[in-house]
Amino acid sequence: MTDHKTSKEQKYDRQLRLWGDHGQEALENAHVCLIKATATGTEILKNLVLPGIGAFTIVDGHKVSGEDNCVSITTLSKPKVTCMLNDVVLILQNRAQAATELLQELNSDVSGNFVEESPDKLLDNDPEFFHRFSLVIGVQLPESTCLRLGSVLWDAGVTFLVCRTYGLIGYMRLIVKEHTVIESHPDNALEDLRLDQPFTELKHHIESYDLDSMEKKDHSHTPWIIVVAKYLEKWYSEHNSQLPKNYKEKEAFRQLIREGILTNENGKPEDEENFEEAIKNVNTALNPTKVPSATEDIFNAEQCENITSQSPSFWVMAQGVRDFVRNEGNGKLPVRGTIPDMIADSDKFIKLQNVYRDKAMKDAAVVSKHVKALLQSVGKPPESISEQEIKLFCKNAAFLRVVRCRSLAEEYSMDTFNKDEITSCMDSTDSEKVLYLMLHSVDRFYQQHSRYPGVYNYQVEEDINNLKLCVNSLLQEYSLNVNVKDDYIHEFCRYGAAEPHTVAAFLGGSAAQEAIKIITHQFVPFNNTFLYNAMSQTSATFQL
Amino acid sequence: MAEGEEPEKKRRRIEELNENMVVDGGSGDHTDWQGRWDHVKKFLERVGPFTHPDFEPSTESLQFLLDTCKILVIGAGGLGCELLKDLALSGFRHIHVVDMDTIDVSNLNRQFLFRPKDVGRPKAEVAADFVNGRVPGCNVVPHFKKIQDLDETFYRQFHIVVCGLDSVVARRWMNGMLLSLLIYEDGVLDPSSIIPLIDGGTEGFKGNARVILPGMTACIDCTLELYPPQINFPMCTIASMPRLPEHCVEYVRMLLWPKEKPFGDGVALDGDDPTHIQWVFQKSLERAAEFSITGVTYRLTQGVVKRIIPAVASTNAVIAAACATEVFKIATSAYVPLNNYLVFNDVDGLYMYTFEAERKENCSACSQVPQDLQFPPSAKLQEILDYLTENASLQMKSPAITTTLDGKNKTLYLQTVASIEERTRPNLNKTLKELGLVHGQELAVADVTTPQTVLFKLNFIS
Repeated sequence: MTDHKTSKEQKYDRQLRLWGDHGQEALENAHVCLIKATATGTEILKNLVLPGIGAFTIVDGHKVSGEDNCVSITTLSKPKVTCMLNDVVLILQNRAQAATELLQELNSDVSGNFVEESPDKLLDNDPEFFHRFSLVIGVQLPESTCLRLGSVLWDAGVTFLVCRTYGLIGYMRLIVKEHTVIESHPDNALEDLRLDQPFTELKHHIESYDLDSMEKKDHSHTPWIIVVAKYLEKWYSEHNSQLPKNYKEKEAFRQLIREGILTNENGKPEDEENFEEAIKNVNTALNPTKVPSATEDIFNAEQCENITSQSPSFWVMAQGVRDFVRNEGNGKLPVRGTIPDMIADSDKFIKLQNVYRDKAMKDAAVVSKHVKALLQSVGKPPESISEQEIKLFCKNAAFLRVVRCRSLAEEYSMDTFNKDEITSCMDSTDSEKVLYLMLHSVDRFYQQHSRYPGVYNYQVEEDINNLKLCVNSLLQEYSLNVNVKDDYIHEFCRYGAAEPHTVAAFLGGSAAQEAIKIITHQFVPFNNTFLYNAMSQTSATFQL
Repeated sequence: MAEGEEPEKKRRRIEELNENMVVDGGSGDHTDWQGRWDHVKKFLERVGPFTHPDFEPSTESLQFLLDTCKILVIGAGGLGCELLKDLALSGFRHIHVVDMDTIDVSNLNRQFLFRPKDVGRPKAEVAADFVNGRVPGCNVVPHFKKIQDLDETFYRQFHIVVCGLDSVVARRWMNGMLLSLLIYEDGVLDPSSIIPLIDGGTEGFKGNARVILPGMTACIDCTLELYPPQINFPMCTIASMPRLPEHCVEYVRMLLWPKEKPFGDGVALDGDDPTHIQWVFQKSLERAAEFSITGVTYRLTQGVVKRIIPAVASTNAVIAAACATEVFKIATSAYVPLNNYLVFNDVDGLYMYTFEAERKENCSACSQVPQDLQFPPSAKLQEILDYLTENASLQMKSPAITTTLDGKNKTLYLQTVASIEERTRPNLNKTLKELGLVHGQELAVADVTTPQTVLFKLNFIS
């Protein structure tokens, strides 16, 4: 296999089946910045290098230390590193460089760079350094650095992912003004069959069937969608054209279909799997077709209403679809165009599938007209959004998502911090929110003492009291009337700011996947604070 | 004042130095350096409010991890590579790894202990080499074998077994093996014979991790319904009524290939051979064209033939890390282990759910109770065979049924040896009565899903 492209296709095969070639392309065009190559940082980056991120840059002013070597396989450089206390010399290699070399080695498609500098220095001298990145991931950063960096990146519109391993606790915070997702790939999406309001072409197609005059073979291989549609017509004639609404009515409707199953000469019902499928699907097939609320919110958003030449294509297409819904669509989204597999002969199935496909194409073409007109109206060439993009957007119109995460400044500011979210569920004093408060408290401790609590054994007992003072001052400052158990204060002193590998690795996988979601705009990122507790193997997500 | 302070400062400085002293490896080689195990020591040498009730802080726990504790990792693939790294960097030094596979290019997007030059080599061996070379002091011993090729004496030596497998059959076998090592004295389980099993699984963006204490907590077979059997397309769809591109590929794989033998007599379809896949792809396109079906691609074809499950580095990293955390907890009693099943999904945000899977009272693997079979005497042996393979709690693959008749051991049906299959095949069509079976008859069933035979008791119903 000398062809590079085919060998990349082979190598990435298992992931291409998840995010497709276009997702992979987005990944390969991305340049990610990692600040601090600790165990957590290198684990995150490893999980981005392996799937083929375009480029990474590590920013780290530290030298490799004895602790680092034990926790990350990527910062190990065996021939050079040995121990200090046994007449052997520790070569203090720059951590950024060591990590870059070892990560680079994992995938030759990726280009790695490093800057031997502390993030604070960079913020002092060259904050615009960070503008070039698709995403900045900050790991094990002190609160002050996070806030400074957060402010620079917010203003520059660069997404920021904060990650932290603290003892057995993992923490992630996503900061992005607005992140749009067309392909959210929902796990259990309802089909778009339009049985409650069949479009004209579907009506005609249904009319072409006459179940009563069919031979058994055809009868048993008629798609269940047609079966439901036919019996719905019967039902309408007896129920004033109203859909079966409650359980009782749906049960009666199922019975009506069941009575349509052919019987043999002895009066026993034949084996008609397609009818069984119809009966099973009654529950969901008759759901009224409507625009999902998430999509409705997108239509009502300010960005959708006010399209300018600067508007991202997501919003231009959103307005195009919105206009379709309000006009040609009669309150409904463009037809999705897919149907599930079902018992049927090939001919009947393909013909039915084509009815939906053709309608989807027609609807997408109308949306396309709206989009092109919109582009022209703001002085942009109509080809700036491709047909392919518009088709993809229409197909996913029911699954569009927009994620907006507040800035760190808003989270921390006395005026805007999310008091309700923090105090709710705090009655259960073992909630993950306690962990959030503890992390803030150790940050306070760090500010006051220039170190984290309990790093050395002799510090643990003394620091428990000092940490408790930090917890209380935090609660007081933010007027949080909550109880933080002493056990957590003790535990966080016990951690001594350790970064155990298995917790770093857990966070490494979690954060990398969130980064991939951000870069590919596929699947939905968390919003906006994630806490992992390795003691209980539980996690929680809050919006702060 | 100064005089009082000096000794205190001195004491602290000594403590700091001591904390960073080299930890002597049991074999006398100084492969540990300043700070190497700091992250681990904090959890072993300090008191804490959330530790396991049995936990006692000591400097000996670290020694136990480094010198004595023996861990077995099953699988050196997506989960296995991550597990080996996680364990090695958490202080475990005596690790064995079993894997029967060799490295493929498609592994490289996540199985990071392997490089392009390693393609074709045994996973277990390359993985062991890599970890041993990168983590001084660590000793990973590879076994390029099937788990079934190793016996009781092998498995008995480990403190904990952690699995990163991709097959339910293999999981069940491992589960059965550890159950077979349990010792009961007067009906009471000897706790020292329990080898904890930590099992991880991933698929795309979903994963799970569970802790099994054989003989005490729910085993793999107790929750077999969590692994629903793979649904294959009905034959009539494949043969005469295709609708999806997948149906076209299955037609070529199952019906056309055996008929046309494109690469010679007796040459089986090899999903890893690109020329084979290319042939299947072309023929699938032709089949699809016949029925106006669109969507057949090379990638789809390969996916159907090889039953490919999508996979990424991130999910494997998460699940392996969760498993390794549990190994650490159990090996050190540092914290109460997961009780006992964790589910993870990061398609939409990150979602984690933990629950306690319950033991099944009549579990065919761990309950030690003979399984009940209820059939009329007029039922054919084939019906029992179907029940053993189709029942959701049993899901056997190719069960071999034996019993004792007239004091002699008799094989009623066995599929896996051609000559015996041929000889016993007529029995399938005979009734239980005709075969001489009586009410209360004990049937011993062997299958790939377990290393031990499963006992069934036949209860005749009218």
